Amino acid sequence: MIPGPFQRVMFALYTVIFFLYLLGPLVVMGVSAFNTPQYPQVWPIDGLTLDWFAALFADQDMMTGLKMSLWIGLLVVCISVPIGLAGAIIMTQIQPRVRSLYYLVVVSPVLTPGIIIGISTVVFWRQFTGQTGTRFLYDGVVLTVLGQASFISAYCMLIILARLQRFDRSQEEAALDLGASYPQVFRHILLPFLKPALASAAVLAFLSSFENYNTTTFAILSDKTLTTVLAGRVRQGSTPAISALAVVIVAVTVIGAIAFEIYKRRADAAAARRQRAALEAEEAELAGTPTPAMG
Amino acid sequence: MNGSLAFIFGLPLAVVVLFFALSAYERRRGIATGPGFFQRNGLAVGLYLVLAVGFWAFFIILLPQLAMVDMSFRPKLPPAQMGGPKDLYTLENYRYFLFGSTTSTAEWNWLHIKAFFLTIGVSILITLINFAICYPLAFHMAQSASAARLRVLLLLLILPYWVNEILRAFAFRVLLSSGGIINQLLMGSGLTHEPIDFLGADVGLYMGLSYAYLLMMIFPLYNAIESLDRNQVEAARDLGAPWWHIHAFIVLPHAKPGIASGCTLVFMLTAGALAAPLVLGGPRTLWFTPIVYDRFYQAFNWPQGAAYAFILLVSCILFVLVVLKAFRLSLGEITR
Repeated sequence: MIPGPFQRVMFALYTVIFFLYLLGPLVVMGVSAFNTPQYPQVWPIDGLTLDWFAALFADQDMMTGLKMSLWIGLLVVCISVPIGLAGAIIMTQIQPRVRSLYYLVVVSPVLTPGIIIGISTVVFWRQFTGQTGTRFLYDGVVLTVLGQASFISAYCMLIILARLQRFDRSQEEAALDLGASYPQVFRHILLPFLKPALASAAVLAFLSSFENYNTTTFAILSDKTLTTVLAGRVRQGSTPAISALAVVIVAVTVIGAIAFEIYKRRADAAAARRQRAALEAEEAELAGTPTPAMG
Repeated sequence: MNGSLAFIFGLPLAVVVLFFALSAYERRRGIATGPGFFQRNGLAVGLYLVLAVGFWAFFIILLPQLAMVDMSFRPKLPPAQMGGPKDLYTLENYRYFLFGSTTSTAEWNWLHIKAFFLTIGVSILITLINFAICYPLAFHMAQSASAARLRVLLLLLILPYWVNEILRAFAFRVLLSSGGIINQLLMGSGLTHEPIDFLGADVGLYMGLSYAYLLMMIFPLYNAIESLDRNQVEAARDLGAPWWHIHAFIVLPHAKPGIASGCTLVFMLTAGALAAPLVLGGPRTLWFTPIVYDRFYQAFNWPQGAAYAFILLVSCILFVLVVLKAFRLSLGEITR
């Protein structure tokens, strides 16, 4: 594509405006976290301070909410990833004539507004636990985990399904011919093949759970998560401590993303090394030199 | 009461039995071949698959939705009278949405009706605006950006979405408040003398909503355009097609599933957004989800809240169906 100079200038201008729109609000909020006035202010800078971070960590409700959010995120991962895996496997095995109905049912939570999922979860489990005498299950954490699991399991299923569709059936057949049982194929062939997808599903599940507000605000009942505490604080009024929280979240995720990138590069390098070693061994074998037996 | 319990446990059981009956039938008729379900997966894994998906499909997705719909047709009663003689099906909650309380003098419940149509209308508008904003960048990323540039762009795009929805809305409040940087710039440049009340005029809300779901538009578009063979664009250009012909007759038709999927996602999320209206909305803001929220936690009228939620859900489903119909697509194609 060879755009003219006019088009190129227009496009550059558009890109700048786009990213100004995308990042500007966050930069503004970030700056206000370090400025001294009581109300989040960017300009003029009256003085630099870290007091708002101290205020944030001294906020007992926020810290309890944070613990609760981490705990719920962990539970959602433990429920959604296995459900998503099962959902994806069933999708590949279900009779074609009911597949689209099944697909419609399990993908519908992705498209359902979050507050509706929250409301319906609370309504159903209130009745159900009342009728079966399992009132102890009518609990903010349980309901939030169930409500979030509805759509997060669907995300997990879509991620796992994408990889499952690339699965080479002949690997399974080879294992079966060599005398493996079906559960062994599942355990030793399918799960290792799906491992990268399972890992990214787990990360995505945790993050979606951690930042969810719409479903959580209904399902959490009288408990509090970080997002619900935050919503309450924001509605009461603006303080730079809230900006400070955003700065902390961005810092943690950027560090996490960098760590993940480094880990992935190392893993890729290790995989490349293994492949090279395997190739060399094969060549050596073809050349007729005896190779040490592989464990 | 026991009737509903029988339903709750009976429905999943009936569906599972139906599935196995169907599969046995197909096997006998020779339509299906190969090992049966439990033979193929083994008993333990097979049971895990059925139980996990059954629990998910019924106890997490379907039954709660049905319970909500059921509740929306019931009157508001104190807990002691639930299931009693007064617990009859009624359209009262839906009547309230249209005509308001029986004691009010107004003919229609204008406040709620207006909020509802405003929400739907503004959501459609925001969806279109987001499409217009995202399309050029998605096209650039998919067709002409170099690999290194693409990585930087993707990182910049994803970065704001690590921050949660409430904080993103809060950022707009900081930005647009009467002492905020935008008003300072406007007054400093002499364009206005008084600070403009962006938040009171709902400009903040609409900007915040559009901002919140940009990513949901750009990624489906990017994925769809990326799969287009660049040679097609080249060929069209060599044959002398003007740039807008290339977009209108080659790129857009090819990207149809991505466009439909992005539009559906953005519309659904905007219409169902709760965080942005709570944080950025003023006291006079009309948005439907906070009204639903208030039915529950201000009016404590759960059946009415359920009815309002159901109205929202049905309109969203209708919208998706209309979009799919207009684009001649199936649901499977857009959730890819």
